[in-house]
Amino acid sequence: MVEQFTFYFFAALAVISAVLVVTVRNAVYSAVFLITTLLATAGIFLQLRAEFLFVVQIILYVGGIMVLFVFVVMLVDLDVALRQVQFNRQKWVALLVVLAVAGQLVFALALGSEALGLPAAAPESLEPNTESVGLRLFESYMLPFEIASILLLVAMIGAVLLGKRQKPPRSEA
Amino acid sequence: MVSPSYYLTLSAILFGLGVIGFLFKRNIITLFMSIELMLNAVNLAFVTFSRQWGELSGQVYVFFVIIVAAAEAAVGLAIILLLARNRQTLNVERINLLKL
Amino acid sequence: MLPAATDYYRLLPEILAAVFGTIVMLLEPFLRREHKAALSWLGMLGAAAALGAAVLVRSDAGPAFFHLIQADPFTFFLRLLIYATALLVMLAARAYLDRENLPHGEFYALVLLGSVGMGVMAAAAELVTVFIGLEISSLSTYILASYRREALRANESALKYFLLGSFATAFFLFGVALVYGATGTARLEQVAEGVASVLLLKLGLALVFIGLAFKVASAPFHVWTPDVYEGAPAPVTALLSTAPKAAAFAVLLRIAGTVLPATLLWFWVLWGSAALTMFVGNLAALVQSNVKRMLAYSSIAHAGYILVALAAGTEAAYAAALYYLAAYALMKLGAFTLVAHLAGRGERRLTLEDYAGLARREPVVAATLSLYLLSLLGLPLTAGFLGKFYVFVAGLRAELLGLVVLAAVNTLLGAYYYLRVILYMYFREPDPTYEHAAREPVPAGTGLVLAATAAGTLLLGIFPGHLMRIAELAAASFR
Repeated sequence: MVEQFTFYFFAALAVISAVLVVTVRNAVYSAVFLITTLLATAGIFLQLRAEFLFVVQIILYVGGIMVLFVFVVMLVDLDVALRQVQFNRQKWVALLVVLAVAGQLVFALALGSEALGLPAAAPESLEPNTESVGLRLFESYMLPFEIASILLLVAMIGAVLLGKRQKPPRSEA
Repeated sequence: MVSPSYYLTLSAILFGLGVIGFLFKRNIITLFMSIELMLNAVNLAFVTFSRQWGELSGQVYVFFVIIVAAAEAAVGLAIILLLARNRQTLNVERINLLKL
Repeated sequence: MLPAATDYYRLLPEILAAVFGTIVMLLEPFLRREHKAALSWLGMLGAAAALGAAVLVRSDAGPAFFHLIQADPFTFFLRLLIYATALLVMLAARAYLDRENLPHGEFYALVLLGSVGMGVMAAAAELVTVFIGLEISSLSTYILASYRREALRANESALKYFLLGSFATAFFLFGVALVYGATGTARLEQVAEGVASVLLLKLGLALVFIGLAFKVASAPFHVWTPDVYEGAPAPVTALLSTAPKAAAFAVLLRIAGTVLPATLLWFWVLWGSAALTMFVGNLAALVQSNVKRMLAYSSIAHAGYILVALAAGTEAAYAAALYYLAAYALMKLGAFTLVAHLAGRGERRLTLEDYAGLARREPVVAATLSLYLLSLLGLPLTAGFLGKFYVFVAGLRAELLGLVVLAAVNTLLGAYYYLRVILYMYFREPDPTYEHAAREPVPAGTGLVLAATAAGTLLLGIFPGHLMRIAELAAASFR
């Protein structure tokens, strides 16, 4: 009962703020609502016994990535950004995708987990979470973990290269 | 015990909202946030399946998705800043997004 | 349990490329401005080392890193293709970067690190590893596409590329999540074995296909291609149209080859996408007056021909697809390098009008460009012809008569716009009022790339046997 209640609470919070993310016109509000969605999802992670991801979601996603977003929203000229037209001519594409997603939704709801053929959850096998995630990460998933460092290196080079001010052109130019 | 199809439905809704946001919003930064919303929905699906299979790989995947989201955000926001500096407006319509 | 030495050995090409890419960035701040161009040697050395390592480790096939990586003849073929492309792009870029006054070190580092990502994609036997490789390759190409920082047009196309690319990545990822949900694993071999939910698997594979279809620029997910190819610096366009595309095709091939349900599920999707891609690419290319943009549409069309081979789905067809990828990479690299040279400072001279009477002014350059164009068109004695030939034969053997007929019709459509450029170069007098650029000698690096790609185009067209054998071996790895 309590579990159901917490699920509906976080799910409603996530969906409502997600709707607000895509409907409000001000980018700062969008960012704030996105943070709420991410926090609500973190709550659901906790309910699904993913304590490690709960913390990572809050520290990294909300604390790192979203701060970067808000920072950029502050940096660029919001007055101009605010005055843009909100809709474009690609509505039919959107409609198609929405229909597809809705179809998927109906499927998932109508069939339930039994029809999907998923195995029954085995909650006890997952504890203690952080330790086992760490072991998994540094044993069988060591390689993606290592090459993720190359990914971060590329991102760093890119951010510095694109972000730094232009050097004055050479004298011949 | 909440059935996994509820979590998956929530994930599908969030993903769909992200898609709608991406296709309908005109502010580049909000557009980018819609992508974050989609990635978040993916993470939720991974965690649900991970619990369902009693297998931790799914949670490790989420960790990678978050790393990638961070790297993507750094590069994407740098490109946005660069463009904003070169031009004072931030409207994708004028960038002729999806022009055939 | 830690990875053993063999694990690292089987990933040696990627490790070497990553090390050299990092060294380039470490040395960059210590070099004086006028010496920075020398970093290109280091970058090329890195790509050459990766190539050498690929050849070295070729004989040692097997899984590595807990079955996340699969070193096999297929991986070998793509490593050759990817690192050779990186090498040629860096060789051609040096003169371009000097001309456009762009930073050197970052370019070579990004090309090398990006090719690490592509190498990982080609070797990966697990979807999340594929994803990380895909992201490394995508992020570096996003940055390279916006490399001309002060060019507004390039910024805009880079932003478009970035946004649509990340959008597609999210679809790919959702697909991976569903595949994981359906099977409890993301390792391709195991995905093929135990499926708990066919519905989820189908949905997941469909989404994975959408994500990859974007990366190979197949219709209807191609809309970003012309703008990005046109806006990006020409050497980057040469890279974009070859190596990342080959890597994404590699992932498609590996999934189709390993996961049987994917082959069955994707058949009509591939069929439709192949037909649509060929028509969209060729029809749009007909009306382009900008040569760079025309080549962009032409590369969409070529992705369509490769999809024909994928739809055929036989081992011979996969070998044909690999051969096509290599032949296609040669001609596109050459063509875009030449376009980069002819466009002049700031890439201003890109229209057909600029090519009028080129044969009189620069006969060798015009002849080389004609060779690439004829090969793209598929004239016998060129690599492009044999690529198409193998694909069509494989298609016919797989009883895809309709699709092969469509492909043949498209080849005829393509003839129009390729021949038109040649016509302009040889038979059109330039407008007397039009002011041509002062004739610039072809820089040594560019010349080398042109010589290598032109020779390759001819060699593969006349003696296809050797490469085809490697491609056949590669295609046999999925058995």
